Amino acid sequence: MMSDTNTSPPAKVPSRRARAARRAFIRSVFFGGTVVGAAMLGFFPVKKAWTKRLRPPGALDEDDFLAACIKCGQCVQVCPVEAIKLGDLDEGFGVGVPFVGARDQACDFSCDAVQCVLACPTGALTHEIDRKEQVTMGLARVTRPNACLARRGEGIKGTARGTDFDGKLRYMEVDRWTPIPVTDHPYDLDLCDLCARECPIDGAITIERLNLDLSDLRGDPVVFDKCVGCGVCEMMCPVDPPAIVVVERLRYGDL
Amino acid sequence: MGMMSSIAMMLGREPGGRLENDQVDPEAAAIMEAKFAKGTTKERRAKLKAEHDAKSSHKWRNWRWFSIIVVNLLFVASFQWDVQLIEGSLTASRVFGFHFADLNAALQVMLAFKEVLINLLIGTVTVFILWWALGGRTFCSWVCPYHLLAEWAEMIHLKLVKMKMVVDLPLHRGTRTVLYVVFVVLALVTGYTVFEAVSPVGILSRALIYGPGLALLWVLALLVFEIFVSRRAWCRYVCPIGLTYGIVGTTSPVHVKYDIVNCLHEGDCRKVCMVPHVLEVTKRGHAAKVAQGLGPDCTRCGMCIDVCPTGSLAFEVRGLNKLL
Repeated sequence: MMSDTNTSPPAKVPSRRARAARRAFIRSVFFGGTVVGAAMLGFFPVKKAWTKRLRPPGALDEDDFLAACIKCGQCVQVCPVEAIKLGDLDEGFGVGVPFVGARDQACDFSCDAVQCVLACPTGALTHEIDRKEQVTMGLARVTRPNACLARRGEGIKGTARGTDFDGKLRYMEVDRWTPIPVTDHPYDLDLCDLCARECPIDGAITIERLNLDLSDLRGDPVVFDKCVGCGVCEMMCPVDPPAIVVVERLRYGDL
Repeated sequence: MGMMSSIAMMLGREPGGRLENDQVDPEAAAIMEAKFAKGTTKERRAKLKAEHDAKSSHKWRNWRWFSIIVVNLLFVASFQWDVQLIEGSLTASRVFGFHFADLNAALQVMLAFKEVLINLLIGTVTVFILWWALGGRTFCSWVCPYHLLAEWAEMIHLKLVKMKMVVDLPLHRGTRTVLYVVFVVLALVTGYTVFEAVSPVGILSRALIYGPGLALLWVLALLVFEIFVSRRAWCRYVCPIGLTYGIVGTTSPVHVKYDIVNCLHEGDCRKVCMVPHVLEVTKRGHAAKVAQGLGPDCTRCGMCIDVCPTGSLAFEVRGLNKLL
């Protein structure tokens, strides 16, 4: 490699060094192209919305949110119920971006002052909100009304989500400050109203009687414009899959 | 070597080659002449090498590995036990309440989002000052978790090369500069932090703190490439984070100083170096002055200091001698 420059014939045939440089250049183009290509693959999951995610309180519009988020996870660290998770490789540009998997662990606002918003260093979770009532994550919708226990006139006995459920919730009447495991809080209700009962926002969901006949318990969960889309109703719904889910980024009146 | 030419070299320019006589400082020329007038360099070389090998040390490497592991574990432990001293990950964090933001991650966010929140600005300035004071690419070799994995991959790579099972296929060093510009333009035009999707630093830091995910497969792919195809390819030819900190470190007081007085130009330093172009001055006839700092691309990893049999390379904090 080293002694070739003096012995190789001049001109015409490129020197070994020149050929090596040429190969290095071609390799560089390929490798550089691969890295940029791999990065740009992140476009597809985002543009095709393969994985629609419920974003934490205060999240900007999806495109702005992905741009502004520095993917540090400080919001994850301050959440008392660990509702916030970070996106993985299959989410493209959403890798490292926080979301709330409401069915497993909803945002129950047990931090009281939207801690994740305060933790965000870039304003991807906008600092313009400071109360839970101002949050607009999405909107709860009863997507499987026929499965809804209230609508069927059924009650709930025991835990809401079985005995091996990991989620936590703050029950004001149990402990004002500390969320407890949902499995530690069994119910004994003649008519299931967990979505309305455990909703952390006043006046967001009520169970409306289907008719005036007092012997007919059946009721219908009705979502009002106060709903912020925190997902507590989705987490607490005892049927599986849940009768009520939060639709990401939907606002009351969009329907 | 001037600062501009050392920056140009960091961006990809080939090192200048042997200096003409009139380019060399007279004092340095005199030292060089005296050094080689004695002759018998071969014997002295062999003797020094034997002496050095006998007390072979990995002092700086060990300190560095310790530093990388401790810093990253501090992030992990702080979250695991909810100590709240260090929150976040290497892309952005709060350390004792002070905002820190990785310069390259912050740049991507600023370009993509086109708005700069004051907290992010504070974090960026803090980190800029911190790493300027500590040497710039010091971040790479003393904190970056990918650097540690890549170092282990490099050890495997070098073993395979020795066994003639693989050949290192170098890339053009200018690749990193081109990719830097590409990722800047992509963030600006697409409005997404495109680089973060493939940044092994962010991926690893988050995996350590918040748990592993599929994204580690990308890191694994990079390591495999570095083992079987191209030595230290990511750090050498791609990483814009490294280039960012390299630029920060151009005027840093912390650097590795090369002194020609005892140097016998064995070239051991260049063999262990991740960025050997910064050690080009250690070739005979390449140094213009008696003593000089290595260029900004140097990660201050100290491998060359550990391996040098003549003690010609050492850490130096500029201005510290005057202060003491």
